[in-house]
Amino acid sequence: MVGFMSSKSFPGGIHPPGNKKTTESLPIEKCPAPPSVVIPLQQHIGAPSKPIVATGDALRIGDSISESGGFVSVPSHATVSGTVSAIEVRPHPLGVKVLSVVIENDGQEKWRDDIGFDENYRELGKKEMINRIHAAGLAGMGGATFPTHVKLSPPADKKIDTLILNGAECEPYLTSDHRLMLEEPEKIVRGMEILFKILGAKSGAIGIEGNKPDAIKVMRQKIAELGLPFKIHALHVKYPQGAEKQLIKAITNRRVPAGGLPMDIGCVVHNVGTAAAVYDAVACKRPLVERVVTITGAGVKTPKNLLIPIGTPFSHVFNHCGGLTDDAGKIIMGGPMMGLAQSDLAAPVIKGTSGLLVLNEKQSRRKQEQPCISCAHCVDACPMALLPKMLSQFVKHERFASAESYNILDCIECGSCAFVCPANINLVHWIKYGKLKVMQKRKKAN
Amino acid sequence: MDKKYFVSSSPHIYTQDSIPKIMYTVILTLVPAGIGSVYFFGLRTLWIMAIAIVSAVAAEAIVQRMMKRPVTVYDGSAILTGLLLAYNVAPSVPLWLPAVGSVFAIAVGKMVFGGLGYNPMNPALLGRAFLLASWPAHMTIFSGAVPRGGTVSGIDAITNATPLNVLKAAQDVLQHPQDFSPAQKMEASEAIGQLYDSIEDLFLGRIGGCIGETSVVLLLIGAAFLMYRRYIGWKVPFTYVGTVALLTWIFGGADGLFTGNPIFHVLSGGLILGAFYMATDMVTSPVTVGGRIYFGIGCGVITVVIRLYGGYPEGVSYSILLMNLLTPLLDRWTRPKVFGGKKKA
Ligand code: SF4
Ligand code: SF4
Repeated sequence: MVGFMSSKSFPGGIHPPGNKKTTESLPIEKCPAPPSVVIPLQQHIGAPSKPIVATGDALRIGDSISESGGFVSVPSHATVSGTVSAIEVRPHPLGVKVLSVVIENDGQEKWRDDIGFDENYRELGKKEMINRIHAAGLAGMGGATFPTHVKLSPPADKKIDTLILNGAECEPYLTSDHRLMLEEPEKIVRGMEILFKILGAKSGAIGIEGNKPDAIKVMRQKIAELGLPFKIHALHVKYPQGAEKQLIKAITNRRVPAGGLPMDIGCVVHNVGTAAAVYDAVACKRPLVERVVTITGAGVKTPKNLLIPIGTPFSHVFNHCGGLTDDAGKIIMGGPMMGLAQSDLAAPVIKGTSGLLVLNEKQSRRKQEQPCISCAHCVDACPMALLPKMLSQFVKHERFASAESYNILDCIECGSCAFVCPANINLVHWIKYGKLKVMQKRKKAN
Repeated sequence: MDKKYFVSSSPHIYTQDSIPKIMYTVILTLVPAGIGSVYFFGLRTLWIMAIAIVSAVAAEAIVQRMMKRPVTVYDGSAILTGLLLAYNVAPSVPLWLPAVGSVFAIAVGKMVFGGLGYNPMNPALLGRAFLLASWPAHMTIFSGAVPRGGTVSGIDAITNATPLNVLKAAQDVLQHPQDFSPAQKMEASEAIGQLYDSIEDLFLGRIGGCIGETSVVLLLIGAAFLMYRRYIGWKVPFTYVGTVALLTWIFGGADGLFTGNPIFHVLSGGLILGAFYMATDMVTSPVTVGGRIYFGIGCGVITVVIRLYGGYPEGVSYSILLMNLLTPLLDRWTRPKVFGGKKKA
């Protein structure tokens, strides 16, 4: 692609209604801790962590409750002070039951005592910085929940020259990153400075969609004030602008090779929320015990941006937002394009929970699937230049080899294709199923 | 917490577009050309449109009943097929002809293949081709198509042939000078000159031809709206029309290469209707960007070959039908390179 396509954007993409007005100007409020928290030992991609506490143990906020189950794994921490009442399987936002540590809140809000600002944190070695990030239990807070320390330890042959912070927040409805940029710009930029040092990158950029001019301004000012060499990129408002590969394309004009990783072209991307948590972890040795979540949608009585202890059940969060309306129809963790529909409100807020969206019944009902009319809207929308119409048809006819040769595994499940389909075909559903089948086949072949 | 919530895979929000919305929007944008045809050719054209639409809808409903399938005539696609069929016949055809054409278009052109979305070729064009093969006289005689304020051919002295017919006949004379008298040759050159002067009539629709194809300006108003709504793209119609213009300019003149009149060729016959409303039919045109461009070029090439060298004065319908058959292949050949992917060796 040439010309305007090569600047701050990427090919394909869609323009869903933003629906951010409801919450974008609401300051972040603290959500009171619930009577008990349920902390799943798997909140990240990779091996589950292993519990190191027992029923009856007394804990303070920030105490470790589990240790890494491998390199690609992170520990978890107590998010309230109190007593461990159970270690058992509990509902998880992924729709499965997962081993979790349940802590009864004693209401004392007692913190672990070795937490505090470390004046000399900037002199720390790279290794120690990564150790603190790992010990704090950091996993990508944009929703992908990949362990942060792994992304900071690229293999020796991959030279990283560019660090990108993702402040695009292209999912409709969500405003948690937006609020964080307005209210905690210093933490984000200082966190970025730490990441920049660890990676030894040469340039650093923050990508923010142009629909957040106030955040762009605040972040610019903060960078200038702190005298750091980072750039802010105002990006086209287009979904999925915040998808890793599309973001890299928009900012650097480099393309991550199909099937490859950003580090293959010298880039690492972190979410702005992760950067703020990195600052807390390295400068204050403060583990990740709470996060900002946008609670919104027609089904919520009082939408809010909340700072919520990890492990707080959804039902408690909604009670704090005035409850759900009678016609609440669908509960989604994350945004409406890629979020996960929830069936059980006992499931807790986890490290990757950027939003809780409640649609009303009318919005929740799917229209009946109709035959594909080959309108090509899905083809024009796909940011990965795939042919969603064909992929879904291959999968429906169980032609998985064809689906594989049409690059089904490169689908990032962004949902753009299904969004635009006038025949109401749930293309993503079929494609996800096809990907699963192709992966199973590959595993068997090995 | 007894309430059951909806659970489904993402995404959870959708476009406001739907198949009926697309179909009815396309129909709506064809209305100006329909009103134009009533103005130019009289109320009879309204009857033809009504008969074609009612027959198409009835045929679809009956076939769906017989096949024990849900009846989906409300989606507007049968109405559109009927309307397009009506637009593709002369204003003077007997009233049963559009009915037969519509029934054929729906039953054989669409339902046999499984209904909407499964037909390989544009049903309305297939219906037209069927009528042309079965009742060629009705389909090729335009002497009854005298527009208000104009003539069938755009030339006062010739009252029974469309501009493309006249052009074909005149060029035949000029290309075989040994077979004709000098007077005939003079007449032929004069006729061509007059045709080329009738651009304004062609643009407005003050000319003979099929019901919906004559008024370029009214068709373009509708097409512009469809493009604005993104229900049709620019690739198929622009490459189609562009190819016709280029090739007729190069090869269309009687005095050698680069002496043709591309504007005349673009404005006459069914090209604008075909390029903007039938070649763009979603079901039967490619989905890839490259496929759409080759599709448009292919339609243009075949149209020009038929117009300049074939047995018929007009080639729009056949060229689109032929390219419809190539659509699956074009899609396969022009598969886009995946984002970040390497060129296939
Ligand atoms: S095919 Fe995959 S990557 Fe392409 S639009 Fe659909 S979900 Fe997004
Ligand atoms: S958007 Fe839907 S109807 Fe259109 S081509 Fe894709 S799958 Fe078919």
